[in-house]
Order: sequence, then structure tokens, then C-alpha cells
Amino acid sequence: MTTSQGAQSDGDGAEQRLQEQFDATIAKDQRIEPRDWMPEGYRKTLIRQIAQHAHSEIIGMQPEGEWITRAPSLRRKAILFAKVQDEAGHGLYLYSAAETLGADRADLTERLIEGRQKYSSIFNYPTPTFADVGVIGWFVDGAAICNQVPLCRSSYGPYARSMVRICKEESFHQRQGYELLMTMMRGTDAQREMVQDAVNRWWWPSLMMFGPPDGDSPNSAASMAWKIKRHSNDELRRRFVDMTVPQAEKLGVTLPDPELRWNEERGHHDFGTPDWSELKRVISGDGPCNEQRVARRRAAHEEGAWVREAATAHAAKRAARSARAQEAQNTQEGTAA
Amino acid sequence: MSDVTDDHVYLSLTEDHGDSDARWAFGTGFEDPLHGVDTAVPATVDAAELAAYCLALGDDALVGAQRLAQWCTLAPELEEEVALANIGLDLLGQARLLYARAGQVDGSGRGEDAYAYFRDAEDFRNVRLAELPNGDFAFSITRLLVLSCWRLAVFQRLAATAPDPVLKAIAAKGVNELAYHRQFAADWAVRLGDGTEESHRRMRAALAGIAPYTAELFVSRPGFGVDPADVREETTAVLQQVLDAAGLELPEAGALPGQGREGDHTEHLAPLLAELQSVARAHPEATW
Repeated sequence: MTTSQGAQSDGDGAEQRLQEQFDATIAKDQRIEPRDWMPEGYRKTLIRQIAQHAHSEIIGMQPEGEWITRAPSLRRKAILFAKVQDEAGHGLYLYSAAETLGADRADLTERLIEGRQKYSSIFNYPTPTFADVGVIGWFVDGAAICNQVPLCRSSYGPYARSMVRICKEESFHQRQGYELLMTMMRGTDAQREMVQDAVNRWWWPSLMMFGPPDGDSPNSAASMAWKIKRHSNDELRRRFVDMTVPQAEKLGVTLPDPELRWNEERGHHDFGTPDWSELKRVISGDGPCNEQRVARRRAAHEEGAWVREAATAHAAKRAARSARAQEAQNTQEGTAA
Repeated sequence: MSDVTDDHVYLSLTEDHGDSDARWAFGTGFEDPLHGVDTAVPATVDAAELAAYCLALGDDALVGAQRLAQWCTLAPELEEEVALANIGLDLLGQARLLYARAGQVDGSGRGEDAYAYFRDAEDFRNVRLAELPNGDFAFSITRLLVLSCWRLAVFQRLAATAPDPVLKAIAAKGVNELAYHRQFAADWAVRLGDGTEESHRRMRAALAGIAPYTAELFVSRPGFGVDPADVREETTAVLQQVLDAAGLELPEAGALPGQGREGDHTEHLAPLLAELQSVARAHPEATW
């Protein structure tokens, strides 16, 4: 443990040495591990970020999960079912990573369903057609990858390691989404219209996934200094646009931004400004599906309470039974001797 | 971590990825699930009987998978979310292989989707236990326990003795999956039966609800495949063992008239299929 007896009796001096050691680890691009000393702000920031990320995976199962029962081919059904299952798995690894920092999964779930912790605002938009499944894969998983690939080098070890696995799976999902759209674009007029309509609806919310503009992002500076986060919101947003434009051309869809054009001089695309007031509205709970998403998560949690209680009760009874059996055996052996 | 860099993940997206790409999500990247297996029907096998048999086993699996998909985002804990999806995916995979085999041998050349999306309820041959609504977690677990004990007993026999090599291979793959499904359901049946008063009461209610639908699982059907009457003893013995450990009993119940295998269904199948088939039927010319 890092707070040894010596450190405690030594007071502020020891704390300062620990802080120096921590700063040096960060500066050398080495990993902080669960048993290492870390500043309280670092721990809190990480718990907040990892929990939000875990919540996003779990709430993010809903918009696409609604289509598993209706997927129009068995192959698409299997792909979508496996994808949504992966998201549950990602939620599990991330809650475990948060637990290495002293958080408790049940408590984090309570915070989510009571609205005290956030999840990615993108999941508060509805999925009215099957094309949404493809566009979510392409844009939303694509944006998630832009955000998350740098986190594989995050300074906190357990988070960085879970991100490696998550990013690999997210890239399957993104390709699956894009491949669905490719197939639909080769299909009927109705299918092509569905794809374009979904692109129109998801483009701006996807750009908002990178968060507010850099000048307006309160938590970014500390996260960058601690190397929890490695690139600014605007940098990642620009990267996403640059990557997505050629893919849209290949697909044959139009991205709904009249200001979007290549800027030779900057070597990047120029693009319009998302409606930041919409992002604020959705984050503050006023998006099209906020209530529905949280209500469903709450209902699942509450309706499952009797199951979790039964599992706990059974485990306790079993432990008691085996303790009694052990005691009886000991007594018998004692008598025999 | 060398394969996860900031730049390469995105670039790979517009490259062509054939279906042979091993990195495609498990079990979803192939067009022909029976690729590479000798698909000739042995001379001793009646093709129509084989097709009908594959279809019935496929329908059990598809309907079961659809019910499990309805649990998605509603499971009592994340571990169960993952497990129920896993089981649903296994059953979906079994349905796809069985439909593909039916399409090869019934002379129609139909693909898996033709069977799943373009038949009506009266054409489905699943047992009615598979189509009942999910109910609570106790009901779904009890149904899964009964169906997986039964199906495992059938698949073990098919894996050993099916006269069709393709069905034999499908069954051999399914045996491992079903053994896991049975274990998962049995563990939960014991936890819930033994857990609290409420969970015990719910398990008793689930067993009472399921009992009338168990008789049709064992109605003798001579002809191609395993005669269901032959797996009655083994299935009930395994069930008994689990229920004993859970402090529960399977109540006696008379058999309901009719059989799913003859196309008799509850009122619950048609809405299940209407949901499953809605998009495919709205766009019959589309490819997905």
C-alpha cells in the first residue's frame, strides 16, 4: 500500500514526495496502477469518466437493441445481437475498471438511474428505421473509436487495457454498420432513402459526441495534464470529419452540411457549427428519448431486484450449509479419535 | 497494442473485407453456413422427411432465440444480459444451419431467410413451450431449463446416430452449446428455488405454467430422426435432479390438445412472428 506508516507520520512532506513520484510517472508516459498513490482529483475524474463510459455502453444497448427482434435477415439478426451483447460486455469491463478505483458497481448503477451520473447524449436519439442500425455503427461507433483509441494510452492502467479490447470490438461494429449501409445502398430506392434519412438525422448529433468546443469544455484541461485524455474535443471532431467524408462519397450519401468542403491550405475539411444549444438541451435531460432510456434501465434494475436478492440468499444458505457440514465432520472426527 | 493505433483503425474501414475475413464478428461473417460439408443426401434418407425434421428443430431454435432477444436490456444483472444473449445467439446459429439444410434437401432451393421470414404461424412446427411469452425471469429460466434438457438429449442422439451427415455435424456442434444452456438454467433454477420465499414462489408458479406444455415434447413421432418418446426418461431424470436440488417439483398436468409439430400453436406465435418478419415483409424486394 502507498500510505505506509512512515508516510502518515511524515505528514505533508510524504504527500509531496508521492505527488512528485506520481507526476514523474505521468511525465514518463508510464501507467498508474490501482495500488499506486494518486491525487484525489485524478481518482475522482477517472471514476466519473469511466462510469460515464460504462453507463453509455449499457444505455447504448437500447437504441439498437430494439431492432434485434425485427432485423430483416437472420445474418443481420446475429450480427446485431452479437454487437449489443458486446456492449453489455464493455459495460462490465468498464464497471470493473471503476471498481479498481474504489467505486462500487451497484452504487454507480443507482447514480445512473437516479440521473446523478450522465451517459453519452447520442443515445437519447430515437432509431425509427433499420438503417439507423447501420448509421449508428458507422458514425456513432466511428466517433467512439476516434474518442477511445487514444484512451488505449491513458495513464490509468486498467482503463487503458479495457480500452484496447473495447476498441477492437468497436472497429468490428463500425465495419458491420458500414457494410450494412453498403448493402442497403445497392438495394431498392426505399432502402437508399432510408439510409440518407438516417445519415441526415445522425450526422450532427454524432459531431456533438466529441463534446463542447475546446473553449467551453470545463474538465478537459486537467484530464489532458493527467494524460487521462490525449486530444482536445475539437481535434478529435476534425479527425472524425476528415475520415468520414471519403467514406460518405464511397457510400453515395450526402452529409447534411452545406459548409462542408476541403480546405487545401489547412489540409482539413471546413465544416459547419453544430447546434450547441441542442447538445446542452439533450445533456440536461431534454432530448427526445432521455426519459425513456433511463426509465427502461430503472425498470430492468428494479424488476431484477428479487433475482439478485435470491442469488445472495442462496449463496448465504449454501455457505451456512457447508460450514455446518464441516463442523459436523470435525465433530465426528473428534469423536472417532 | 501495436495493432490499435490512432490512424489505422479508421483507414481499414473502406478497404474491401471479404466474408472470409476471420476478424468478422463470430458466427456472422459467412453466407453459406454449411460451406465445405458434403451435402449430398444419403440414398437411405427420405429427403422430404429430413427437410421437415430440420425445419421443426430449426423452428424451435428460432422461436427460442426470438424470446431470448426480447430479454435484451431487461435482464436482472449484466452477467445475465450477456449469458441470455449468448444462448440466444447459439440458438439462432442452430436455426440458420438447420434451415440451410432444409433448403438444400427439400428441392425448393430456399435460403434460411425464406423459412424464417416468409412462412406464417400455421407453417411453423416448433413446440408450443418455445413460443410462450417470457413472463418473469423465473418463467424464462424454467422454460430454458426444460427445453435445453430436452434438446440436449435429442442432439446427443443425433450427433451419434443421425443418418444424414450434415444434421449429425449440426447436432455435434449444438451439443456443447446446449450443455452450457442447461448448466446456466440449472444453476439459476437452484438459486431461485432455494433463494428467498418470493423466488421460490415464482419458481413454483413458473413450473405450474409450464407443466401443461411439457407432454407434447415427448409425443411419439416415428419416422426420420429421434423419436421424442425415447428421450422422455433421460430428460425427466435430469430435470428431477435439478428440481430436487432446488427444492421444487414439476406438477402433474394433463396434455393439451394438439401439437406444435402438427402446426397447432398458441395465440402467442402469430404476434411473435409479426414482429420478427415486419421489416423483411415490408421490403420483399430488398437485400440486407
